Order: sequence, then structure tokens, then C-alpha cells
Amino acid sequence: MRYAILLLGAPYSHQASHSALRFAHALLARGHSLDAVFFYHDGVQNAARLAAPPQDERHVVDEWIALHAEHGTSLEVCIAAALRRGLLDEREAARHGKSGHSIDAPFELTGLGQLIDLGQRCDRLITFAP
Amino acid sequence: MTSHFSSDLLVILRHGPHGSSLLRDGLDAALVAAAFGQRVSLLFMGEGVMALVDDQQPDPLGQKGTSATIEMLSMYDIEAILVEQTALELFGLTPDELMLPVRLLTGATLSTLPTSHRLVLTF
Repeated sequence: MRYAILLLGAPYSHQASHSALRFAHALLARGHSLDAVFFYHDGVQNAARLAAPPQDERHVVDEWIALHAEHGTSLEVCIAAALRRGLLDEREAARHGKSGHSIDAPFELTGLGQLIDLGQRCDRLITFAP
Repeated sequence: MTSHFSSDLLVILRHGPHGSSLLRDGLDAALVAAAFGQRVSLLFMGEGVMALVDDQQPDPLGQKGTSATIEMLSMYDIEAILVEQTALELFGLTPDELMLPVRLLTGATLSTLPTSHRLVLTF
């Protein structure tokens, strides 16, 4: 089956990110595919390039990047939710006159239309919320 | 009975309108889906029913609030505004205290609602 995940929770604040990662690996291990993870609401914090958790804790941001590298899952971040929370890629940072950027590839800033499209395209869209 | 409410997308709103932005983000997703031509149903559950209370004044909270968006729903052809009746009663509300006409759902009609929608998003 083709899956997509909608993630609404920030890492280190809520269980949602951890559960979403576990679910992602479980479905891939069973031979399904994961087209995309869509980060919305506080879930956009999962894309923070500058996240620096203590060494004895999981690096959730890096785990998403690894998921993309190993399985080609696209990592789509709602642009409106991200900009509000100070999460900007290089292009948006330049557009808004900011001196640094906080989102990098493979995370991509995109619109909510992409979430609706995923819902139509995939067999299952699973929400992980705080 | 449930086929009566069938549409492409069901958005479930179960958080209050001002304690977090989850309800607002859910409404935004519903509007985008409607703008993309999807038939959308909204289900207000639990604290989510508070978003429907008429004459809200979100300004003192420093928030935009959700009532302006809810007033726009019909412009987006979102006509299926469904409400968990038990939640409404729990908050001591009656349908005539709400800002727009709604359909009250209970029991089996409520629990089978997700099965009549291809996609369900829960906020």
C-alpha cells in the first residue's frame, strides 16, 4: 500500500514525532511504501536544521533525513506554518531579509494543497497529533 | 443514514478555538481542500464545539480567532457542519447559541461517519 503521514506534533514536546517515525519504519519493513511525510502545525519543528539535542537522545531531525535517504520519502513542510515559527529555507530567508536559514533539503517548503493531493494519491494518510 | 453525509474529506476538529492553533489549522486544511474542488464535511467534537459559539471576541487574547473563517465556510461550499450532540450538551450549549445551522450527531451515526469518507483528517 502507498502511505503518507501527517505530523502535527513538535519533536521533544510530544510523542507524535516518535510514534510517526516508528510507524514509518514498521510499514516500510512490511513492504509498503511511504510517499511523503507532511509536517504541519507544530510538526514543522521536525524540520529544524539547527536542532542540537543532547547526545544521549534521539536526533529526530536526522532520523527524518535518514528516512528520506534510505527510502526516498519526501519531507514536505507547510510553508505558512513554518514561516510563522521561524523555519525558513535559504530562499524564504532572503525574501524576508533574514540573516540565516533554518530549513535545508531534503525538507521542502510547500503548501497545504500538497497535503490534499497526498490524501488523494495515497491509499492511507495517517495523522499523528499531539 | 451515513451516506447522507458522505463526501471526499472529513475534517474532525476536537480542540478548542483558542487554547491552541490546531482547530484553526484544521479549518485551513478544509478550506484548501474545498478550493481544490473536494467535497468537505466538518465534524466538531469535544471542545471543538466551542468554536461555533456566536459573538466571539478573540481580540483580547491576541489571536486572530476562528469565527471569521467559520463564517466563510458556505462561500467555499462547505455545507456539512456536523456536531457531536453530547459535546454540545456537556458545555451547556444549544444549537440556537451557535453562529450557523448545524446537524447534531449521536451514537452510531457519529461512529460510522469516518467510514463514509475516503479521507479523514483529525485536528
